[in-house]
Amino acid sequence: MKVVIITGTSASGKTSLMYKVIKLLLSEAVKVAVCKIDCLNTTDDEKYAELGIPVAVGLSDYICPDHYYVSNLEEIFDWAKGFSSQVLVIETAGLCNRCAPAIDGCLNICVLDNLSGVDTPSKVGPLLTTADVAVITKGDIVSQAEREVFRHRLSIVNTKAIILNANGLTGQGAIKLKNIILNWPDIDGLEHRTLKSSMPAAVCSYCTGEKLIGSKYQMGNIRKEIFWGRQHD
Amino acid sequence: MIEKISVLSGQDKEGKAEGYQQIDIYAGEIVAVVGATGSGKTRLISDIEQYAFGETPTKRKILINNLSASEYYELNNQRQFVGQVTQNMNFVMDVKVGDFLTMHAESRGMYNARSIIKKVLEAANNLAGEPFDEEDDLTSLSGGQSRALMIADVALISDVGIVLMDEIENAGIDRIKAFNLLTSKGKISITSTHDPLMALMANRRIVMSGGGIKSVLWTNETERSWLSQMLLYDKKLQKLRDIIRKGGQIP
Ligand SMILES: Nc1nc2c(ncn2[C@@H]2O[C@H](COP(=O)(O)OP(=O)(O)OP(=O)(O)O)[C@@H](O)[C@H]2O)c(=O)[nH]1
Ligand SMILES: Nc1ncnc2c1ncn2[C@@H]1O[C@H](COP(=O)(O)OP(=O)(O)O)[C@@H](O)[C@H]1O
Ligand SMILES: [Mg+2]
Ligand SMILES: [Mg+2]
Repeated sequence: MKVVIITGTSASGKTSLMYKVIKLLLSEAVKVAVCKIDCLNTTDDEKYAELGIPVAVGLSDYICPDHYYVSNLEEIFDWAKGFSSQVLVIETAGLCNRCAPAIDGCLNICVLDNLSGVDTPSKVGPLLTTADVAVITKGDIVSQAEREVFRHRLSIVNTKAIILNANGLTGQGAIKLKNIILNWPDIDGLEHRTLKSSMPAAVCSYCTGEKLIGSKYQMGNIRKEIFWGRQHD
Repeated sequence: MIEKISVLSGQDKEGKAEGYQQIDIYAGEIVAVVGATGSGKTRLISDIEQYAFGETPTKRKILINNLSASEYYELNNQRQFVGQVTQNMNFVMDVKVGDFLTMHAESRGMYNARSIIKKVLEAANNLAGEPFDEEDDLTSLSGGQSRALMIADVALISDVGIVLMDEIENAGIDRIKAFNLLTSKGKISITSTHDPLMALMANRRIVMSGGGIKSVLWTNETERSWLSQMLLYDKKLQKLRDIIRKGGQIP
């Protein structure tokens, strides 16, 4: 089974584009299953379900969605295997930019859109630097010059990734992405594979539901910032 | 060096095959794209900009010197050979005009950005009304100013073999000046337009309907003589427009 991990900033067009890509895969009789990881809510499953394929949703609720994602990977893999899927697509939430769900041996795709600002490629950090393919969407709403500047900025941050301009509405770029997926090697499982980027520690009292503010309520992995050093003159 | 681009036929919005095999456009040619709103002009322009290869809704293919874009790219090691002025009337990038032009020049591999920026601003201000400069925020420019900047940018920074223009008459800028700035010698220029004057300034025009290419017409002698008259009318009209714009009254 090939494992495709879709990351990127919120509302960048991950679902719209993958919908088109999966449609192309299905037209070549490739079996696909999709899992969406999010925090509180998502309607992406309804969209993917329109394609008549197995769809699963994992909502992390009070846990960091990226940590939640890692702790459920084997189970997601087995779930997709159960449908004898040939391609497993995992769409992640991509919220805090500190984590990147990219995994060694999987096809890691990062979707950013042209509207997100010139500094986005350098701000999203590991999300982009770990990507095998970087997709840029929403080129239809900006000028050619803006598209080129954004692409250039991105290519400086990740010099190795294949860069694709795509459009979630028209399906521009979907054929290329489908071909990249079909040429990607299969893997037998996710156990023992490594994340391309470590995830920050997040084990403090707030992780487990604490709501009260103040040092005496804070336990576990706490880091204090020294704000008094930055006062106005 | 781009000698020609070819549009290989695809399908219209209803999925019907287009009624031509291939349209070849040679270096130095100016081609207009005409047709009602929604007839597929922008789609055709985008197909060329994206070097479509059967993957767009029209299923058209674009060849450059008889090669697909990726083959041409490998042979010439040049990725950007199309400059495009889209129908968009505004920028969304949140930077200053000068920084934007610097970044664009850099992305095109030009590292003597300063002198180019000056030229771009000069050309843009020559097309638009109220002047602007490099300290202005890109997103605060008016529709016409944005358009003028996009045009000057394509002409001077994206200085490439193929120039695509989408209804450049729609921005209250001097369209003839803009057209002349963009259509320089030896380039392929393709411009979608509703303006008869611009359509006749081309040597051929592609007629769109229902998402498909319906015909390709050569500009004939009668049309050419109409063109010179229309240019005269246009000059007169321009004079009257300027008087009104500047708050005067027509004597
Ligand atoms: N103009 C334009 N709109 C797009 C494009 N791609 C996606 N959209 C629109 O952007 C919005 C968000 O698209 P989604 O595909 O839901 O984005 P997403 O990344 O899956 O969003 P989340 O899963 O919620 O993070 C939708 O309204 C899409 O129709 C594009 O290339 N151009
Ligand atoms: N051959 C085609 N097949 C499918 N959709 C098409 C085709 N040609 C155009 N369209 C779609 O029709 C709509 C209108 O086309 P557009 O090119 O914007 O028209 P115009 O620029 O002439 O006003 C767009 O959404 C475009 O993608
Ligand atoms: Mg989504
Ligand atoms: Mg149009």
